[in-house]
Amino acid sequence: MSSRSFLSRLRDGDEIARVITFLFAASVVLVTILLVVELWMQSALPRHKFGFSFFLTRVWDPIAEQFGALPFIYGTIVTAAVALLIAVPLGIGAAIFLAELAPQKLSDPLEFFIDLLAAVPSVIYGLLGVFIVVPIMREWIQPALKNTLGFLPLFQGPAYGIGFLTAGIVLAIMVIPYIISVSREVLMSVPRDQREAALALGSTRWESTWKVVVPFAKTGIMGSIFLALARALGETMAVTMVIGNTPTISASLFSPGYSIAAVIANEFTEATGDLYLGALIELGLVLFLLTFILNGLARLMMLLTTQRGSGTGMA
Amino acid sequence: MTARLCWRKFVSGFMLTMTGVCALVAVSVLFFILGYLVYHGGTSINWNFFTKLPTPVGETGGGMANAIVGSAKLLLLASAFGVPIGFFGGIYLAEFSGHKVAFVVRYAADLLNGVPSIVIGIFAYALVVLPFKHFSTLAGSFALGLMMIPITLRNTEEFLLGVPRALREASMALGASKWTTIARVVVPAAYRGIMTAILLALARVAGETAPLLFTAFGNRYWSPGLGQPTASLPVVIYNYAISPYDDWHRQAWAAGLVLLGLILMVNIVARVILARGVAVPRS
Repeated sequence: MSSRSFLSRLRDGDEIARVITFLFAASVVLVTILLVVELWMQSALPRHKFGFSFFLTRVWDPIAEQFGALPFIYGTIVTAAVALLIAVPLGIGAAIFLAELAPQKLSDPLEFFIDLLAAVPSVIYGLLGVFIVVPIMREWIQPALKNTLGFLPLFQGPAYGIGFLTAGIVLAIMVIPYIISVSREVLMSVPRDQREAALALGSTRWESTWKVVVPFAKTGIMGSIFLALARALGETMAVTMVIGNTPTISASLFSPGYSIAAVIANEFTEATGDLYLGALIELGLVLFLLTFILNGLARLMMLLTTQRGSGTGMA
Repeated sequence: MTARLCWRKFVSGFMLTMTGVCALVAVSVLFFILGYLVYHGGTSINWNFFTKLPTPVGETGGGMANAIVGSAKLLLLASAFGVPIGFFGGIYLAEFSGHKVAFVVRYAADLLNGVPSIVIGIFAYALVVLPFKHFSTLAGSFALGLMMIPITLRNTEEFLLGVPRALREASMALGASKWTTIARVVVPAAYRGIMTAILLALARVAGETAPLLFTAFGNRYWSPGLGQPTASLPVVIYNYAISPYDDWHRQAWAAGLVLLGLILMVNIVARVILARGVAVPRS
């Protein structure tokens, strides 16, 4: 009799633990749903007033209560594109070195440093951006680009130092660690026999890497790029500090611009009026949806490669 | 050796060297950042930096004592909010949940992890700042804690799942209930891994600026209690860096050095512990 009640008490304890931990887990789901709902509700005003034209008009005038997000969307896309153009070749190159060439004794410490680099806060990148990258751009790189490639509309206009190009470069430095870490892991999961087969057929070391190993890991590497893109789109501080914060749409990469995250950071506390605040929150919603889609794709792609990798490895 | 083979060997050697250059460039950025911060910030760090309040514009001297205390308060409160949710949620995922629930929770956590930090700031603003009608330590901690949840949750789950089945079975065979097994056997076995994961989560949010801009805001003075706006190191670095004053720039460098030093130290310690293997006894 006493032993039975003891057992049931124990079982009750299990049930209590189960319920309590479930509540904690459920709160994670709840808070995530709440986040989406809040963004949606708080941006209702501008969504109803401007509809889809919010994304297509370029006038951002808080006093006249005219809000068009095009310059910010443009700036976000341009800076992210510049960042990827620089970061993807560098990141994949470094990942190939770490995964294929470097002996473990070298590869592991290097990866350790790359991980540390990913831990550097974005405001520090911004600090270095303002005081190092901007002057270098103004004095050296922008004049040099103008002299050599100045016939392209991309590299025309006065060299302020700040602007799309500078923001893109700082972003590139920030996302490279993500591309390297993920790509390295994906490359290392490519089965050994793929390399050996290519080498046995007489290919050079580079040919086996570039024509066999990299294509094998292609989907996963794409995943790492999407991840980096999501980071670049949502990055706030470093971009705010070097982009110039002027809502312009210009073909020139030297021109100061603005990005979605930067305008939220700069104007949120001084947004007077519900429509103004709502417009900024709608920009946040856009940012959320973009990163949501990109992160989802990235995860799917990495999942696909690692599964394929291990599947073939077993055979 | 034919010309074609020569060419192929040259291309191979050249491209492989280039990958090495890429890796070198990527890693050297870290040492450049560190070196520059030490060079610029090192000379500006003194006793006043840690003990004095900021001085009015134009007066030199002064420090960031309020920002340092503010950051510590924010992080402490953020952990008090984020760590339990992540930790117990992780226990649920690893020990109790079925596949479907686990999938939903994991999905939500990954989603939350990918949300740009500025959007987290908006959320905290709408949820905490708007109802209370002013910026506060509480709102900033909520934003940071939110960012700690997914990291703590997924790592707790992973380390718990890494505990060998035999340990659980041995404990159950001795008559322990499931909860006793979890609390006295499984969690202690995964303890070091979970602790380092929490440390990494803390280091990650310690440098976050964007979610604090319109939640904790900033403050030139001490911030008593939890209901007032508070200064924090990252936000002060941002404000000082974009200011036009040389003295503030110097202080921004100093604060950057302190912040980065702390974050890297935590990262190094945590990663060394992780690399040595988290003490999960193998049978």
